[in-house]
Amino acid sequence: MPKKGDIDDRFKRFGTVSFTAISKTNDFVAHLEEGRVCGTACRKCGAVFFPPRADCCHCVSSDMKWFEITGTGKLVSFSKLTFAPLGFEADVPYCIALLDYGSYKIFGRIADAVDPADLAVGMPMKTVSNTLPNGQRNYVFEIG
Amino acid sequence: MRGGRMSRIAIIAVGQSPFVRQYPGSIRELAFEAFRDCLHETPLTRKDIDASIVCSAPEYDRQRSPAGVIAEYLGLNPQAAFYVESLCSSGTTGLRLAYALVKAGLHDVVAVIGFQKMSEISSSESQERMGRGADIQWESPFGTMMPAYYAMHAQAHMAAYGTTLDDLARIRVKAATYGQINPKAVYRKPVTSDMFADPEHIMARTVSTPLRVGDCCANADGSACLIVASEEKARALCGKPVWILGLGSATASVNLSGRDSLTGLSAARQAAQQAYAMAGVGPSDIDVAGVHDCFTIAELMACEDLGFAEPGKGRELIASRDTYREGRIPVNVDGGLLSKGHPIGATGGSLVRTIVLQLRQEAGEMQVDSPEIGLVHNIGGVGLYGNVAILGRS
Repeated sequence: MPKKGDIDDRFKRFGTVSFTAISKTNDFVAHLEEGRVCGTACRKCGAVFFPPRADCCHCVSSDMKWFEITGTGKLVSFSKLTFAPLGFEADVPYCIALLDYGSYKIFGRIADAVDPADLAVGMPMKTVSNTLPNGQRNYVFEIG
Repeated sequence: MRGGRMSRIAIIAVGQSPFVRQYPGSIRELAFEAFRDCLHETPLTRKDIDASIVCSAPEYDRQRSPAGVIAEYLGLNPQAAFYVESLCSSGTTGLRLAYALVKAGLHDVVAVIGFQKMSEISSSESQERMGRGADIQWESPFGTMMPAYYAMHAQAHMAAYGTTLDDLARIRVKAATYGQINPKAVYRKPVTSDMFADPEHIMARTVSTPLRVGDCCANADGSACLIVASEEKARALCGKPVWILGLGSATASVNLSGRDSLTGLSAARQAAQQAYAMAGVGPSDIDVAGVHDCFTIAELMACEDLGFAEPGKGRELIASRDTYREGRIPVNVDGGLLSKGHPIGATGGSLVRTIVLQLRQEAGEMQVDSPEIGLVHNIGGVGLYGNVAILGRS
């Protein structure tokens, strides 16, 4: 049980370096740690969001529920970085990418096990939860 | 007449510091360089300026609220001073604000001063800062940086239209053609296609696939200054006013997941439509353009987003050499950000300055033949903010 005065800062565990500690979407990290990648949907108007949002900008409601990302999306584009920003040097080289699931898109990283030479715009990929070498959590794209 | 719907607004003076790798002074001294350059070309004095707008992106230096110290250093107290920021498009956001202040009749003569001293931090720190101009909650934790985001656009453009690395190299070669003759450019050396073909050459070294070192602009320290005035003041203070005919400003989602396509920038397209409509002109009326070529792919997309080429046909426009000084639509004949350098907060003002000098026929070796209408395209973030300005000689 959280004690009075405890700060829920689970978002600091997202990504190689997190720049956010506290968010109303902190449960995203709990879902990741249980192996699920989730977006949010508005209970009032049905709009779906990735990245997840705590608030719906369409109907200005804050009554949201989580849904799990399943199936595959199409690879919109990708790039392999050979030079990294401060804090990410140990990860080089790595690929960032965008997947299109139709009603939403997901920005993230390609799994390290995927050879960038095998990537092609338009190919199907799936989104999976991932543990980084430094113990942080993120999600990555694997060939679907 | 003060303000009013029918009055016109002009740019009556422009100035710029040389863009350099490491400016040997503080930010206020850097801002002064552009201000002095600006005042030296007009009978106007600092007492004629009744407001200042300072433009930069935060966290490259330690000064909070830089409008205060810069207004003081330029001798612009007690006049009103404002600070505006929209990343790399801060300078043209400042121009839009100056236009609005003068149009509304609140001020008559406004100085727009953009600056950035990027050399105070390392290149990897700078990439981290720039990466945080994107979505810090959902994108930055993956290790993002500006070259990688634009590289994703290049990859998408190549997949959709068959654009090649050679097409991108042609843009860099053109930029360097004019960087060599721009005395204020940071990169004054020639660049050839042979350099990109040689895997050992630094220009060909990969930064973020498919972009190479030669596809990326250089960080620089620099400042730029524009003086914006009412029609009455413009006629009294300036022999060659350049008129603001059209302005457009739009935004797109920060996170790439909110974009419909990565083959162009929707904020640029929408800003261009607004500016063309306000000016009552179209792409074929533009005689000279300055576009935000932070990367080679950015110039290619700009040519398509502005309507100089159909989507996917940008590569043909580049190959035809129609974007050279003697071509149908000269683009970035001052070296562009690629060779001139890209000191974030100064870039918008520098783009505007180039087009103002062209319209006044004062661009020296870079001068295109008798331009009447010019266009400025300035982007903040990865297509997050888009500003377009159309300027005219009459």
